[in-house]
Amino acid sequence: MLKKNIKKVLIIGSGPIIIGQAAEFDYAGTQCCKAIREEGIETILINSNPATIMTDQGIADRVYIQPLTCEAVEAVLRKERPDGILAGFGGQTGLNLAMELEEKGILEELGTELLGVNRQAIEKAEDREQFKKLMNEIGEPIPASAIATSQKEAADFVQKEGFPVIIRPAFTLGGTGGGIAKNEKELKELVQLGIEKSAIGQVLIEKSVAGWKEIEYEVIRDGKDNCIIICSMENLDPVGIHTGDSIVVAPTQTLADAEYQMLRNASLKIIRALKIEGGCNVQFALNPDSSEYIVIEVNPRVSRSSALASKAAGYPIAKIAAKIALGYSLDELSNYITEESSALFEPAMDYCVVKFPKWPFDKFRTASRKLGTQMKATGEVMSICRSFESALLKAVTSLEVRCDGLRIPYVTGLSSEKLEEKLMACDDERLFVIAELLRRERMNLEEIHERTRIDMWFLSRIANIVHMEKRLEKEPVSAGLIEEAETMGFTDAEILSLTGMNSNALHDLRTYYDIHPVYKMVDTCAGEFEAATPYYYSCYDEEDESAADDAEKVLVVGSGPIRIGQGIEFDYCCVQGVWALRELGYESIIVNNNPETVSTDFDTADKLYFEALHVDDIMNVIKKERPKGVILQLGGQTALNLAEGLSERGIPVLGTRNKYIDLAEDREKFSQLLHEIDIPTPDGGAITHVSEAAAIVEKLGYPLIVRPSFVIGGRAMQVVYNDEELYQYLKEAVSLSTDHPVLIDKYVEGIEFEVDAVADGENLLVPGVMEHIERTGIHSGDSISVYPAYSLPDAVVDKAIDYTERISRALHVCGLMNVQYVYDGKEIYVIEVNPRASRTVPILSKVTGVQMVKAATAVMLGQKLPDLEWGCGLYPKSGFYAVKVPVFSNAKLTNVDVALGPEMRSTGEVLGMDPDLDKALYKGFLGAGMNIFTGGGVYVSLRNHDKTKANAEIMKEWEAEGFRIYGSAGTAQFLKEETVDCEMVPFEEVGKMIGNKIQVVINVPQVTNNLSTEMFPLRRQAIEHGLPVLTCMDTARAYLKAVKVKKSGETLDYPPIFG
Amino acid sequence: MEGKVYLEDGSLFEGEGFGACKTCVGELVFNTAMTGYQKTLTDPSYLGQVITMTWPLAGNYGINKEDDQSDRIYACGLVVKEVCETPSNYRCEKTLSQWLTEMDVPGVAGVDTRKITKKIRQNGTVKCVITTESLSYRQLKKLCEETSLRTDYMKEAAWAGPADLQEYKEEKLNVAVLDFGAKRSILQALEQAGCNVHLFPYGFTAEEVLAIHPDGVFLSNGPGDPAAAQEAIAEVRKLMHADRQDGKPLPMFGICMGHQILALAAGGRTYKLKYGHRGANHGVYSKETGRSCITSQNHGYAVEAESILLHDMEVTELNLNDRTVEGMRHRTRPIFSVQYHPEANPGPADSQYLFDRFVEMMKK
Repeated sequence: MLKKNIKKVLIIGSGPIIIGQAAEFDYAGTQCCKAIREEGIETILINSNPATIMTDQGIADRVYIQPLTCEAVEAVLRKERPDGILAGFGGQTGLNLAMELEEKGILEELGTELLGVNRQAIEKAEDREQFKKLMNEIGEPIPASAIATSQKEAADFVQKEGFPVIIRPAFTLGGTGGGIAKNEKELKELVQLGIEKSAIGQVLIEKSVAGWKEIEYEVIRDGKDNCIIICSMENLDPVGIHTGDSIVVAPTQTLADAEYQMLRNASLKIIRALKIEGGCNVQFALNPDSSEYIVIEVNPRVSRSSALASKAAGYPIAKIAAKIALGYSLDELSNYITEESSALFEPAMDYCVVKFPKWPFDKFRTASRKLGTQMKATGEVMSICRSFESALLKAVTSLEVRCDGLRIPYVTGLSSEKLEEKLMACDDERLFVIAELLRRERMNLEEIHERTRIDMWFLSRIANIVHMEKRLEKEPVSAGLIEEAETMGFTDAEILSLTGMNSNALHDLRTYYDIHPVYKMVDTCAGEFEAATPYYYSCYDEEDESAADDAEKVLVVGSGPIRIGQGIEFDYCCVQGVWALRELGYESIIVNNNPETVSTDFDTADKLYFEALHVDDIMNVIKKERPKGVILQLGGQTALNLAEGLSERGIPVLGTRNKYIDLAEDREKFSQLLHEIDIPTPDGGAITHVSEAAAIVEKLGYPLIVRPSFVIGGRAMQVVYNDEELYQYLKEAVSLSTDHPVLIDKYVEGIEFEVDAVADGENLLVPGVMEHIERTGIHSGDSISVYPAYSLPDAVVDKAIDYTERISRALHVCGLMNVQYVYDGKEIYVIEVNPRASRTVPILSKVTGVQMVKAATAVMLGQKLPDLEWGCGLYPKSGFYAVKVPVFSNAKLTNVDVALGPEMRSTGEVLGMDPDLDKALYKGFLGAGMNIFTGGGVYVSLRNHDKTKANAEIMKEWEAEGFRIYGSAGTAQFLKEETVDCEMVPFEEVGKMIGNKIQVVINVPQVTNNLSTEMFPLRRQAIEHGLPVLTCMDTARAYLKAVKVKKSGETLDYPPIFG
Repeated sequence: MEGKVYLEDGSLFEGEGFGACKTCVGELVFNTAMTGYQKTLTDPSYLGQVITMTWPLAGNYGINKEDDQSDRIYACGLVVKEVCETPSNYRCEKTLSQWLTEMDVPGVAGVDTRKITKKIRQNGTVKCVITTESLSYRQLKKLCEETSLRTDYMKEAAWAGPADLQEYKEEKLNVAVLDFGAKRSILQALEQAGCNVHLFPYGFTAEEVLAIHPDGVFLSNGPGDPAAAQEAIAEVRKLMHADRQDGKPLPMFGICMGHQILALAAGGRTYKLKYGHRGANHGVYSKETGRSCITSQNHGYAVEAESILLHDMEVTELNLNDRTVEGMRHRTRPIFSVQYHPEANPGPADSQYLFDRFVEMMKK
């Protein structure tokens, strides 16, 4: 029953998106807020991430977009005095904050109860020693481990436990120096190295279970000690690869009932011992040759896995966990999908689910692709189908990588020797390597199994797919063969390329023999009960369960997996779009494949189709549903890329027409258009061959900005200052994209700012303008930006709005648009126009109160801006500053440069809000997790281009604030000339000073992302020490402002944004 | 090999056949468990039934000796979406289809099992013909119409003999098992709880049972309509009033059909559910503990709550989905029963403690 004493609760969000902590917590947190609010309990939310649905108006009663620091949460607690805190929905961030508040005695002082997960549970699950003790108490096996300070101790351990063992140096940064030893020699080497690397001369030695099956269970327990399993999951990749980087299948496929029940019992025993009231994730390693198992890890909270399990099984774990935290027991709640059965049951699936990670290696070309215990994926896709093969192929299609089923051109082009090497390298393309080895019959299944330890069951399924490829190549085309291939998950494009038939013939064959997918329902109960919630997936089977009615409906195409440059903000837009449609009286349909998001929650849209965002798959849904129109502009570049395909097929795309989308994206035509309407843009041109470059250089002169056309998040974009840099770039980039030319533009240095707007073809509404702290050259996603414009003259803003209006008319923009400008002190230039939702839409919607997506949706469906509540023109300012600070996952990806550049690298963002700009900046830095030092040493190394008087002035300010300035030879000399007291430090000495004498590194590099430059490792070293690395002088100036705020010791105000 | 499933209502599902080349008529049911196909197929309670697995991939981990719940496959047919010919598990000895062939049971794959399931959900369990032979629609229809299904399978489902049991030990408790088709795991659970198991196949009399001076009587699971077990019901009624040698009332524990027969013997009634409960995921609420647990289920009939309340029995457990009776106990005597399967296999063993409860009753 509902606990009577709870009238008000605080929910802690998870903060910015970083690798390992992504959109799944927006999904969980949003469900949690809704579940609590519907009980009539006052719901308070704190989260620093402005791109989330949970921080939107109307989700919680009061929303604080404030840094997730102990101070800020304490301030909110003192003001709000909630009866309870829910920390289990904000990932590790939420749990850590809860522990800190508890340890400081704040919760006790305020009489606030930790709901759902308590301190003991967190400690027992997260503290290595306590966890070990608890597992021993309840008789659950964990890997044998010991601490060794000598070769002998290590050898003794191995004598007892046997090989292989994992060696980890104790107390090192970045986890360097560890590894797996399979024999005496490797053991000796690793122990030696580990003891040397360890700050305290210790190594942790643990029995390795690499190669065992990795199995996960999602468990829920209530206050009455009722426990259930929601979903079991099996990793295709055995133990050794982080589950976030593994291909995961649900439910388990290779476990017999005995093994399944054995691990199920263990999961229940563990959650009971931890006394968690809510959700929990238990990970096991299972010996494939016996029934031996060990417990790897327990997460006492909702997680990425629980989001996946929720979507896979149709069971809303976060919602139920929230209800349990309020005092309900499972048997008092009903199954929200069927509405006629109980929530106390274990979902039965009649389909197979595959999760595939989405990695950022296309952005981080220097990053090691090797997968291991550190997660590297930024997002994931999920697919559902009746067989494993089809689910796997659907997942691969959903990834939006350049592949044809299991064939990636790069992999199929490798020599067999290289393939074998790559198989052992265990990288992100391993699945494709396996398929290619089978295709070439270079290795058989047993040999691959020997090397990879991937279960034979999975390998056999991959072999089935390869076998079908060969059949399509060799056998005469028949309706039966095509149907078999479609059933197995082959796309039309793949069938065409393998059979060599033309698309008309395939279309006719499919029509004549009625080879079309049907839609089946995800209902939690395998058809046993009637389900009320329409959540569908396609498959080639007999019965179609999706009943399309005659209501007027609109289909919203989602944005797919989270990746750099296309993050959670587009999910925010899609969800807002769906809600707007509902308000406008339309039935909403969403198509998406990202299991982490709110958009794929079972009750977000009227109908949810879990599909790849491929034009064929979208067309199938359209054929089924016959919507009035399709909305693409909310789903980022992924959705927008469908505009051409859908328009060609005569499908009404709502909003800006495809012709104009095309025009905006074709730089040459667009420059022409801007020229015609008399709006300046940096001169530039496009080349399709290296030989054409010289002419352009001649015309424009350096510096230049070069990039491939059709991009997401500025992929492979670079500022070049000379021929050498230009030609090196062209060598790499042209091979990147052969279909599209490379664009070369004049690089205009100045203040960058962006205007987000809604247009209806005649009128324009501009909620606000955001000005970047960093000058041009830094990707807009990676620069700190401020609402409203803080330094631009009003006349410049007015002119930019006039430009925006003229562009919107010229492009007949209907809906959202984002224009990026640069102001060089004299002239305003247009850098880029995006006729779609942008990263800043959620921020501007929240800080201005203009519901941009709602306005855009209304406009797309024929309403006019003057008839809506926000009117036209520039919306009045909000009276406070909002500073967006990007957040990077630098610690997760080694070998990746931390320096800012024109290529986007940030994974998330936070917002700092305050009436005072400097305080807003300070809050932004705090929210981003940056250490603000009020003194100490700062090491400065500037490229020649930046050795300017203005920058010397900035360093004088640092000096005035009491920082000791160190510099590289060149920079020190320059600064001394400019009368800055700077001590020259020989390069070799810098490394040793980082972390003790040096607290801040200011380094503006000549080139970024080049591992061979000498400053690269220093930047990495500083980041791994948790020190700020400022790679742009504008950022250095902004940081100093934050330093001043901190030094002032003023108490900050943490007001809510909504409520 | 072609494979077909013909339903009483005239609908036909065509796919591929596997297993034995054979035709069978049976009652078509569905099971929603995602693991345990071998344990399910060898459960004697499925005698006379064709099982549709809602989980689409059957046979992934193959077949092994240990998992058998009896001496053979009792179901008369298996319908799946896909059958795996390349299983993978360290205990795997053969494939599912090889085993079905050996056991002379037909299987059909490649049909829309979800459609079949929904049909059963909407119309109730139906008579069906499963065939892997070349039979025409007309032949299937005729066969279906001509064959009437039996309801008294419990009379012949007892399969275990003394050879399946552990050695008799003086110091252990003696349990008389009224065997309507007991699963091996039930016998094992009783043995593990410290009992000597004495089997009484159908046709037993109360006198025979009491003659071994049992410490308790256990009523097993089994196939068919419990109301068809008239002889057993009469004998159980006598046992319900019997005392042990020491003069204390005789403890009794029933599972599934055993539970239904106890209800009938007490004077209650049973009825046929529309499509039964078959799976490993049903939540059951216990009035005694105030808690709920996940149970393994396999039954087509249920006990009518009102009917037993009039006869000194009380309802102790309820199905959380449809509120049907899942457990009952006698108000004064040490007699209790559950509709679900605490012995699991397949499914969760969350209620295994019931065997210990039975043992405690016997020790009193």
